[in-house]
Amino acid sequence: MMRFLRWFLGFVVLGGLIALIIARPAPAIFYPDLPHTGFVVRALYILLLAGALCMYRIIFGPTAADRIVAIDIIGILIVGFCAIVSIATNRTWYVDVGIAWALQSFISTLALSKHLEGKGFDE
Amino acid sequence: MSDTLGMVFIGIGLFFDFVGCLGLVRLPNVYNRLQAATKCVTLGTCSILFGVFLSMGFVAAGIKALLCIVFLVLTAPVSAHAIARGSHRSGIRLTEKSVTDAYAEDDEGEA
Repeated sequence: MMRFLRWFLGFVVLGGLIALIIARPAPAIFYPDLPHTGFVVRALYILLLAGALCMYRIIFGPTAADRIVAIDIIGILIVGFCAIVSIATNRTWYVDVGIAWALQSFISTLALSKHLEGKGFDE
Repeated sequence: MSDTLGMVFIGIGLFFDFVGCLGLVRLPNVYNRLQAATKCVTLGTCSILFGVFLSMGFVAAGIKALLCIVFLVLTAPVSAHAIARGSHRSGIRLTEKSVTDAYAEDDEGEA
């Protein structure tokens, strides 16, 4: 019964947030004369919600491996975020930021997993 | 036309990203979370980047988005494999419902 209640509560909260993002008129935080700007701003909000779920796992994760997984996932999410920002603002260098972020995230994840395994960084 | 097609690809990618992060919160163990999150989020981000490429066309930023897809597909399984290996070596157990542990059997066979 308690489990069903928690499931229902999470469903209502997440569904309500997504419905709020979709139904609410998108604020014109970027250039509103570009095409599809409403869709793009809603896409940014949904990516922020997914990042918030990752932040939950980073903060309350039971072990260190959970936190490393969540950091890896949030690094991949930021690549998509940078790509969407690049078409929202019509500034194409955000894609370069995404490529550099993917590289740094990959290297940091490898280093953290080496550290989790119990070895030094220079092996 | 290709602008609308790019938005459709971005929508598919958003769905996969969100479901992956939901799996990251809901599933019971490190390995389950790793599998759900890594596969779904990699596919979703690749779909978003392909949508960005479709909406930009063959300009420099679009080609860079394709290059970023290749880079993500090459690196995300490697990092996931490294995390799984490290967490197994550091002694995190599987759940009670899992039926086999092939990696531990391999380690015993080698040692």
